[in-house]
Amino acid sequence: MAVAVRLSAVSKKFGGFTANSNISLSIEKGRIHAIVGENGAGKSTLTKIIYGMHLPTSGVLFIEDKARRFTSPREAIRAGIGMVHQHFMLVPELSVTENIILGHERSHLFAPLPLKKAKATIKQDAESYGLAVDPDALVTTLSVGEQQRVEILKLLFRQASIMIFDEPTAVLTPSESERLFETLRSLRNQGKTIILITHKLDEVLSVADTISVMRKGEIVGTVAASSVTKQELAWMMVGRTILMSVANPEATPGKTVLSLKNLGYRTRQGKIKLQNLTLQVRAGEIYGIAGVEGNGQSELLQILWGLTAEEAIICGEATLNGASIIGKKTAQRALTGISLVPENRLRHAVITNYTVSENLLFGRHRERSFHHWFGFSSAVIRNYAETMIADFDIRCGAPATQQLSTLSGGNQQKVVLAREFNRPAISLLILAQPTRGVDIGAIEAIHKKIIEARQRGLAILLLSSELDEIVALSTRIGCIFKGSIVHEFCQQEVSLKKESEHEFLKEIGLHIT
Amino acid sequence: MNNPTTMNRTTLRFFVTFLSLLTAGGICALLIALAGRNPLIIFQKMFSATLGSSYGMGQLIFKMTTLLLVGLAVAIPFRLRLFNIGGEGQLLMGAFTAAMTGTMLPESIPPIAAILLCTLAAMAAGACWALLAGVLKVQCGVNEVIGTIMLNFIAQAITGYLLTYHFAIPSTVHTSPIVKAAAIPTLYKVTGWFTNSPANLSTLLAISMALLCWFLLFHSRFGYEMRAAGLQPDAAQYGGINAKSHSLSAMGLGGAAAGLGAANIILGYKHYFEAGATGGIGFTGITVALLAGAHPLWLIPSALFFGFTEYGGLTVNALIPKEIFMIIQALAIILVISFSALEKRFR
Repeated sequence: MAVAVRLSAVSKKFGGFTANSNISLSIEKGRIHAIVGENGAGKSTLTKIIYGMHLPTSGVLFIEDKARRFTSPREAIRAGIGMVHQHFMLVPELSVTENIILGHERSHLFAPLPLKKAKATIKQDAESYGLAVDPDALVTTLSVGEQQRVEILKLLFRQASIMIFDEPTAVLTPSESERLFETLRSLRNQGKTIILITHKLDEVLSVADTISVMRKGEIVGTVAASSVTKQELAWMMVGRTILMSVANPEATPGKTVLSLKNLGYRTRQGKIKLQNLTLQVRAGEIYGIAGVEGNGQSELLQILWGLTAEEAIICGEATLNGASIIGKKTAQRALTGISLVPENRLRHAVITNYTVSENLLFGRHRERSFHHWFGFSSAVIRNYAETMIADFDIRCGAPATQQLSTLSGGNQQKVVLAREFNRPAISLLILAQPTRGVDIGAIEAIHKKIIEARQRGLAILLLSSELDEIVALSTRIGCIFKGSIVHEFCQQEVSLKKESEHEFLKEIGLHIT
Repeated sequence: MNNPTTMNRTTLRFFVTFLSLLTAGGICALLIALAGRNPLIIFQKMFSATLGSSYGMGQLIFKMTTLLLVGLAVAIPFRLRLFNIGGEGQLLMGAFTAAMTGTMLPESIPPIAAILLCTLAAMAAGACWALLAGVLKVQCGVNEVIGTIMLNFIAQAITGYLLTYHFAIPSTVHTSPIVKAAAIPTLYKVTGWFTNSPANLSTLLAISMALLCWFLLFHSRFGYEMRAAGLQPDAAQYGGINAKSHSLSAMGLGGAAAGLGAANIILGYKHYFEAGATGGIGFTGITVALLAGAHPLWLIPSALFFGFTEYGGLTVNALIPKEIFMIIQALAIILVISFSALEKRFR
């Protein structure tokens, strides 16, 4: 079979750091070729080389057997390569059609745009690949899944024959993902070459034909998807067998720590986000909230952390160890023993330009023990950072000088967890998507830490869109749907039903849709 | 392990800035040559009239002092992503307040008290004027660029009106002089250096202010919060940091610095308020801060450079129009920005 993309001994160095070393890889035409690996394994760099965003330090890139040196994505696009980025490159205020033809208007500068002709092409593409989307709609009005379809239509419009997808399912719901895979298959069947970057192994196994595994900047193996299991792939990625779920000894919950009664949240526009939400979290248990994103989880977190929009109307009760927390400021809550790991790490949990030490301090910088005159005690902070780094196995250089942004996603998250798990007088730990964007090796370590914190007697509220994470960790599970807990599985139920995980996931699925 | 990279970044930045200044100087030399003069002679004259003479050195220090302070007025809010264009207005309000306070004090007041009172009044006036823009931004969502520009106009109008209709000595454009005790002693009087130049003790205040701001920003908990709020406002909120109050304190601190700059001009040199006393130097503060990358300590060399081109330009004005040196100032900024961008691309 013909080869669409071939890399021959390609290396890419950034200063002293080797992101890709000596990569040789052939990607066959008309196939779905997945590249998997942990965060920081070099997948993105590799695709950026193919897409002309980076020039390789050494080695040669062949596109359809012709050696190429792209100095910009424009050249790569001209050679028939397209990319759907993780963060979409769309102009929200323009219509779908305008977005698709952007950069390929095929008309003179001051001539009217050939919108009608373009629309016809788009419609045809949309039909033949099952990419239904209204060509006249403004991009702002589209759902995330639809926006992704627009990105794919853009590639089709440019007649790309090699398509790169960077973590395409990160933002999609399970049903949208399923639909995307259908599209990918039909694209392949029409002879397009698909390069799929991901770290979700289930997806890779269900959609890819060939899988290349990357580790530490190298390709450790390329296998046919039909001849490999999830465990084997995971082993190739991290170089050791990992437990897909950590040991979770039976919990012995104590007194109620967090109690929410008939909590309601209404936006100024009158939209109801939470309604009669009632739940209790006891010391020494993990209460998992299972649900599809957008069913009130974010609003619940805002209420718990004191960050609700000023105009929002909140009713009901929320008490921590018997004392109401409603109306308290974020800084006060932290002092009363609540810790929060926010959903969006880079936006909310860290200051990326600060050093590792400074980030270990962030949000806890008001604690007296770190203070020294008007500033911080560098000796205390050094000790604290060293303890945290050792305890959470954070891989970094000197914590006082290394910027957080240079760490991998998993290590960044460990910094956040180390900080939040060890607040003084902590009694409630709220974890939102604790392993999002984190590689498998780190997930296991983080799960272990969560169980450990529970054993210490902390009350833990866990919100995650990964159902298997909820099932693996939770003592009790509440299913959230349209702002209420619609069903709760008690401790006995959870430990019993965990035995047949697949059935249990299905049952939870019924309650959250 | 990461230490070398941060080290390199600082050296690199310094190198890029140095290169930009050199290029700007080169272009300036070309312009001088085009105007029919020998650039070497002009530069030589500039240096001998500033660094080569004790009076010139004093002038340079005097200019540097105001520039450093109006630079701080821009640099501190800049750390919170606030672009304070209002240095001129804050300077003007500070200058007017300093002069007014100075004239109203009794003749018998001891110098220390008079200077302290006038200086604090100037700083308070500058701070209030900047805070006004801050409050408008935080409470009403008025963009601080628009707010401060408008407040510049208002400051100009208010001081102009009060001067012309109420406080000017008849048939002049200046107020009556401040009491003797309120005058900040010149360095010449104190040390005997910088013969008869306007350089005065407020230079020490200015440098202390820069040091204070540096300490506050990089070595205090206050600065830790403030920089975090500037870098990632959303994250700061999650960390329980009140970004709004930090916006206000940054504006207030900046305005106070501008007010101190006014004290340098009024209490240290003019001893009265007159129309055009500030002469647009507040706007130069923006360029001073940009060249220094909004770093309080780098502001000192940056202010020296601008002071040099300003005063040096004046000394050779008979030979070559001083406007040429305004070109070099603007060019330096454009070059620093474009060289930094180029450097990033080729890294």
